[in-house]
Amino acid sequence: MQKLIKNREIVQDNWVLLKELDANSDLDASIEGNVIVPLDYYLSHLDSLKGRQSKVAVWLDSHQDPKALKDHLDKLELVAINFPAFADGRGYSIARELSANLKFEGEIRAIGDVLRDQLFYMRRCGFNAFHMREDQDLEASLAVFDTFSDAYQSSVDQPIPLFRRRA
Amino acid sequence: MYRYDKYDHKMLEDRIAQFRDQTNRFLSGDLAGDEFLPLRLQNGLYVQRLAPMLRIAIPYGMLSSTQMRKLAFIADHYDKGYAHFTTRQNVQFNWPELADVPDILEHLAEVQMHAIQTSGNCIRNTTTDQYAGATDQEIADSRPYCEIIRQWSTFHPEFAYLPRKFKIAVCGTKTDQAATKVHDIGLFIERNEAGELGFRVLVGGGLGRTPVVGKEIKEFLPEKDLLSYLDAILRVYNREGRRDNKYKARIKILVKETGVDEFAAKVEQEWAELKDGPLTLTDEEIQRCKSYFQDPAYKDLDPEPAELTQALSTDVLFANWYQQNIASHKKAGYAIANICLKKTGVAPGDVTTAQMNFIADLADKYNFGEMRITHEQNIVFADVEKAALYELWQALKSQELHTDNLGLLTDIICCPGGDFCALANAKSIPIAESIQRQFDDPALLRDIGEISLNISGCMNACGHHHVGNIGILGVDKKGSEFYQVSLGGSIESDTSLGRIIGPAFAQEEIPTVISKIIEVFKSERQGEERFIDTYKRVGIDPFKAKVYAKAD
Repeated sequence: MQKLIKNREIVQDNWVLLKELDANSDLDASIEGNVIVPLDYYLSHLDSLKGRQSKVAVWLDSHQDPKALKDHLDKLELVAINFPAFADGRGYSIARELSANLKFEGEIRAIGDVLRDQLFYMRRCGFNAFHMREDQDLEASLAVFDTFSDAYQSSVDQPIPLFRRRA
Repeated sequence: MYRYDKYDHKMLEDRIAQFRDQTNRFLSGDLAGDEFLPLRLQNGLYVQRLAPMLRIAIPYGMLSSTQMRKLAFIADHYDKGYAHFTTRQNVQFNWPELADVPDILEHLAEVQMHAIQTSGNCIRNTTTDQYAGATDQEIADSRPYCEIIRQWSTFHPEFAYLPRKFKIAVCGTKTDQAATKVHDIGLFIERNEAGELGFRVLVGGGLGRTPVVGKEIKEFLPEKDLLSYLDAILRVYNREGRRDNKYKARIKILVKETGVDEFAAKVEQEWAELKDGPLTLTDEEIQRCKSYFQDPAYKDLDPEPAELTQALSTDVLFANWYQQNIASHKKAGYAIANICLKKTGVAPGDVTTAQMNFIADLADKYNFGEMRITHEQNIVFADVEKAALYELWQALKSQELHTDNLGLLTDIICCPGGDFCALANAKSIPIAESIQRQFDDPALLRDIGEISLNISGCMNACGHHHVGNIGILGVDKKGSEFYQVSLGGSIESDTSLGRIIGPAFAQEEIPTVISKIIEVFKSERQGEERFIDTYKRVGIDPFKAKVYAKAD
């Protein structure tokens, strides 16, 4: 099983990410355990997914709208957001919307082209789990969460902007 | 000027440590070039034709004498003894070594400067009117708001990987001097009927490949809502801006393709989530930022001192400089003085180390230790005693900094071009020089009067050629450098974009083409009309006819 960074620790990943899943196909019964399915698949298979023994989570691609999950968030404990390329910054806004606007309190996981130099900002936008790209050094990556001692903006990890806290 | 507190200092230190680590990892091969690229760009570091180029932020153009001396030190130790001031009120060094950059950043941090977000697909340096706080034409001083925006945009976690670069300008004066309408977001400070301050908000302006004048999406945004509204605009852009084509990725394309009303509605919807939240500015914060931009200790002075009157009547060269380079000040007995960095033969915006140190000393002596860099690539002393102007001019003259062409044909705005820039299609500095040499008669220049000439070496339009009364764009034509000429651009309140006059010209033809354009202007001109007004009255045809006329 793969490892990932979650809440600033290296942990075992106990989810299976189903990156490719045709909307017309049945979720293979042979895939056991907790699965992360694409958004479109999730929305079009709500009933059949209810029947699964194990847990189901959803992943969004960077062009997709998290509001589509509005009515389902209470049933989800994990939403993953894909970075097709590390320089595609849409995922940051998706995470913030999910967390700050839609009040999702579960795991928000970054998947795809996730590199250590982007983790600090990702965490500030609401990501709390990181499925790093294969070549990344997880131990070394843990250190970057302490890159900056403070921040000016309002963000998910510190909603009160610095100008309201300066002393 | 704004002064850093412990928070600002600490975050800057954190940033340097972060960049030192990233640079080391890149140099040791642990970080791939394409992954280092956006990281170094967000620290102002380009890899250019001859060497890396480091762009350092001068927030809204404000610079202290201490900072200027530090830039001179860097130019001496890490560059070839000069620096280049840019059209974004920043400064660039063209010859640093990549491995030295973290050290340069440490030197800069000692004087509260940095290179953060001076490049890359993120929110760039906010720009404003170089006369802010000193001019008698002001609704409110824009600088406190620029500083508020600077802090909000610095290390903004959500907007570091936008579809493309993002530029904000703030205008606090009645006549726009900051090209505000050709920015991704243009903020015009206004007062409503109740006397409260706020902003008229424009989006989607820009130059580059597709020049567009920004469109209004908010008639009056109360000042306290500034940051939540900016957050909302940026979020819509970050989510929906095009990422499939670099040339269609600026917000102007999104606004155009979405429609301005629909775009405004999307922003309103996003804003509804953020409005009245923690981003709402507090009175304390607005006052705190304003407190850094209080008037300096002005004295009560004679509005028309004898020293000035006498010098003006006895020294015609000084009188010329005074007429051209001085703007009126809100406080009687003071003046705004422009130091033109457009001496013929020197690349526009370039200054030597000696000149930088000299200007810093003059700022201490005559201008409360401060100066501003302008988007026209000049330097402004905003608070000079009128009685000291003659002395100041004499001092400037001793270092050949007394060029008296502000706003005239030879006050050319020009990007570094093909001599330095890897993006350029063509050289721009030699073009500027050839025009300056063609028009070397000061009397003729004054007779031509107010006119702007802008040169860009490529479509990216760093020389803002679209808004020059005369614009020159370097283009690549089958491997050789050609120049396209446009007329009628203007950054005034009624911002307009230039029209291309016709087929492009070879480099050596340009001075003659400009001469012909000026000849047409002189023959069509009524009274003391400015070039732009004559152009608007007669249109492009007479210019076209003359420039492309076949020789008999």
